[in-house]
Amino acid sequence: MARDQADFALEVPAAIPAKAGGASVAGAGPWRLALRRLKRNKTALVFLALFVVLVGMCLAAPLYADHVAHTDPYKNHLTDKIVIDGKKTDVVSLDGIPIGPTWQGEFFLGADTNGRDTAVRLLYGGRNSLLIGVSAALITTLLAVIVGAIAGYFRGFTDTVLSRTLDVIWAFPVLLLGVALGTALTISGLDIGPIHVSGDSKWVPILIIAVVYVPYMARPIRGQVLSLREKEFVEAARAQGAGHLRIMFSEILPNLSSIVIVFFPLMVANAILLEAALGFLGVGVQPPEPSWGTMIGEGVDRILSGPHLAIVPGAMLVLTVLALNVFGDGVRDAFDPRAKIKMEA
Amino acid sequence: MTRFVVRRIGQMLVVLFAVTVLTFLIFNVIPGGDPALRMAGRQPDPGQLEIIRHQWGFDEPVYVQYEKTMEKIFTGDLISYTTQQDVMDEIWSRVPRTFALAIGAAILWMVFAIALGVFTAIRAGQFSDRFLTVLALIGISMPVFWIGALMNYYIGFKWGILPNGGYVEFTDDPWEWFKHLLMPWAALSILFIGVYSRILRSNVLDTMNDDFVRTARAKGLSERQVFLRHVLRNSLIPIVTLWGLDFGAVLGGGAILTETVFDLQGVGQYAAESVDQLDVPPVLAITMFGAFFIVLLNTVVDIMYAALDPRIRLN
Amino acid sequence: MASLLEVDDLHVSFATEDGLVRAVDGISLSLDPGEIVAVVGESGSGKSVTALTLMGLTRGPNVSFGGSIEYKGEDLLDAADERLRRVRGAEIAMIFQDPMTSLNPVMRVGDQIAEQILAHEHVPKDEAAARAVEMLERVGIPRARDRASNYPHEFSGGMRQRVVIAMALSCDPSVLIADEPSTALDVTIQAQILERLRELRQTENAAIILVTHDLGVVADIADRVLVMYAGRIVEQGTLDEVFYNPQHPYTWGLLGSITRLDIPPPPRLPSISGAPPSLAARPEGCHFRPRCPHEFDKCTEDPPLEPRAGDSKTHCDRCWLSPEDKRARRYVSEDQIGLEAKGAIV
Repeated sequence: MARDQADFALEVPAAIPAKAGGASVAGAGPWRLALRRLKRNKTALVFLALFVVLVGMCLAAPLYADHVAHTDPYKNHLTDKIVIDGKKTDVVSLDGIPIGPTWQGEFFLGADTNGRDTAVRLLYGGRNSLLIGVSAALITTLLAVIVGAIAGYFRGFTDTVLSRTLDVIWAFPVLLLGVALGTALTISGLDIGPIHVSGDSKWVPILIIAVVYVPYMARPIRGQVLSLREKEFVEAARAQGAGHLRIMFSEILPNLSSIVIVFFPLMVANAILLEAALGFLGVGVQPPEPSWGTMIGEGVDRILSGPHLAIVPGAMLVLTVLALNVFGDGVRDAFDPRAKIKMEA
Repeated sequence: MTRFVVRRIGQMLVVLFAVTVLTFLIFNVIPGGDPALRMAGRQPDPGQLEIIRHQWGFDEPVYVQYEKTMEKIFTGDLISYTTQQDVMDEIWSRVPRTFALAIGAAILWMVFAIALGVFTAIRAGQFSDRFLTVLALIGISMPVFWIGALMNYYIGFKWGILPNGGYVEFTDDPWEWFKHLLMPWAALSILFIGVYSRILRSNVLDTMNDDFVRTARAKGLSERQVFLRHVLRNSLIPIVTLWGLDFGAVLGGGAILTETVFDLQGVGQYAAESVDQLDVPPVLAITMFGAFFIVLLNTVVDIMYAALDPRIRLN
Repeated sequence: MASLLEVDDLHVSFATEDGLVRAVDGISLSLDPGEIVAVVGESGSGKSVTALTLMGLTRGPNVSFGGSIEYKGEDLLDAADERLRRVRGAEIAMIFQDPMTSLNPVMRVGDQIAEQILAHEHVPKDEAAARAVEMLERVGIPRARDRASNYPHEFSGGMRQRVVIAMALSCDPSVLIADEPSTALDVTIQAQILERLRELRQTENAAIILVTHDLGVVADIADRVLVMYAGRIVEQGTLDEVFYNPQHPYTWGLLGSITRLDIPPPPRLPSISGAPPSLAARPEGCHFRPRCPHEFDKCTEDPPLEPRAGDSKTHCDRCWLSPEDKRARRYVSEDQIGLEAKGAIV
């Protein structure tokens, strides 16, 4: 007795109608669930807003400089005098002490020992720090996904070579590697084949930070790919005749998106902190370009002249990184929650 | 177990070799420009440059250069052209200071991290948990050199509660030694306490949901026994390994920033000062040794992990 | 005469994001020594929650209870935490489903058994260790003394489950609850585990509650059967009564979905159409109505659990159909009890 296709068709489960007074429980995919959870997390959203505001402020640096402070981040006002509360004061006193925050349009947050407007430098410095942080994080993510996916998917020799390379990079303390690369590259720039990067280009810190963090992200990605490739849906795709490239793009990479999304805010936060450390040590952004790290460095050097020089850029940095960390935490919770519900009466 | 140890040591040696090659590449090959000029520091004269070229083999093929570089480092024949000091001697004299900083901080952060991690896990979701988590997050977000500098300025300089910077040998005056290290220990630990307490909290919360914890409760063990013997024991294992890795990283050079801010004249600060002077030989040597130390500690940690978690040994 | 364990109208409800979930909605059962009672149902029927609640393992801030659980005359539902702790493991013990994950991976097996003994009895450590070895021998683990210092991952699945059984029996409990004890194991190992349970009933007069979805296992060793659906019992009786004279359409569906070796295979694997209702939003009237092809107008009224079959007072069900109707409708073919697919989608 011949079996035809219809005999093997699965039945569609009958829809259970929602009765009046009963809640209808609709299903939702993992993305929508995560987004829903994230929306409910007020703290994470508040800090996301904070981050956006801070970024906005820094992007608006030229507007601020032109219209409010009437100066630029490089101009020295060493010999200038300004009016505070009706009194004419030296921007930088005769023994080298700059004014503290005036809370006025000009020198809102005071001046540094070179007579430059701290608030203006802060915003321009923020632009640099954020640019470097985000760019580095993007490059790290790209490289980590490529390296991690290839190593995890193909295994064998490729994996060994890639993993050992990651191990070697990881063997250097992040800061020391950054310092070593920074020292070497800041003096002489980068010269590989057609790529020429001068020593004081912003690409130097971007590339250094990006490379240094690749193992941090590539390892978990590799782990995820290792387990993904054993899953049934990958086997099913292979059985359908899909080639490696196709499986990578349609099965593996989409499933990495949650790891990437969870890691990214934290990567940006770490990149900004590393940029600050490099700047502090003098191997990141080169003067006269400001960055939060270099400003903190200068501020610490001259802390006896005025603690605000160190406090201001540091506080800004802490706020930004904190906002990213809290938001990043919220994203992580949204993708992997633990039930924390209170009992209704 | 012995086979595992032997295998790990073998892997370690391979990675160490690769580390030396990478360091060499970073300093002598990757950047553009004249390597001799880099080595020479700020104002070299042509005679100097020739000597440098010869000593380091910059006019010879790459593998000869590598050989010469490694020779210089391991025979201790490394001289800073800027300060004319023997680099290795200088490093050795500073090592105890870096050790004192790293070990003290490591103990401090572990104790506080475990306390904080367990406390917030037990009170998960409540106000104290949220509050302490925010504090931990702030701790993670603060650059150590910033908080260190501010601590030094206010507690050390302005209010005079503790000495503001500098280092006193333990053999000279133990109490002063302690007072001088208190703030550096605190500054260095803040970041790690933040990171570790959160990891521990997360591990504990995860483990509480594991099946074997349910079994432990079903056996009739008290909550305290379940927590200590089953939950905590399993949650701490990854922490201990991380601790080993970070301790290595701090010793290997992560202490640069703290040492600089507090003027402890340790190995890290030496690296920072050399960087400032664009004095390459010390940075080269410190990088190499820092990485060496980390790889060594990684291996020790892996072996320790296998001793703690019997499942690893079979792999 | 009071039973060893008497559960009366038990209710367990959880507060969740999606509303109040009534996982257990009025269960009553009794257990005597020397009995194996099987609780059968799909995933989500509430059988595991029932088992865990008997041990007091479902207590929490989001949970509310109703009814009573009487063990040797004492109400456990209201008991203090410390009292429950002393009952757990010593008087009522549990065997869990997955031996892979239900043992502490970094603790030696002998230590895990000894730990349970030490938690309940004041004996010196070496005596507890010796008794642990004894328990391992009793469940048939060879070279028990050496194996006691092994870790769980050094045992095979079946051996691990025996360790779990040894652990559960170490303090001589009166009641043993087995939650899907063989589901995660091979069929051959399954047979061994069930044999062990049967032995326990024989030699120790143990009282066992067996929670499972596998009717084959039930047929093998159970004395009485409770069929659960959507948090309630829809049919209960002795093994023979339920298997040979099933009264509830859900039971017919369950029996019908067992593939048999003695008749030619049907063209399509039989299954019960539809899906169990959400425990937060049950249909009105009989909960099984949306999936039942035999429904009629009376079914809008919720049927109470009562004896209707006429064969014994302990054989109860929740179906309004008359016994004659049931006898006629439960056969889908000459020989085969089952449940047809429900017609049009409601």
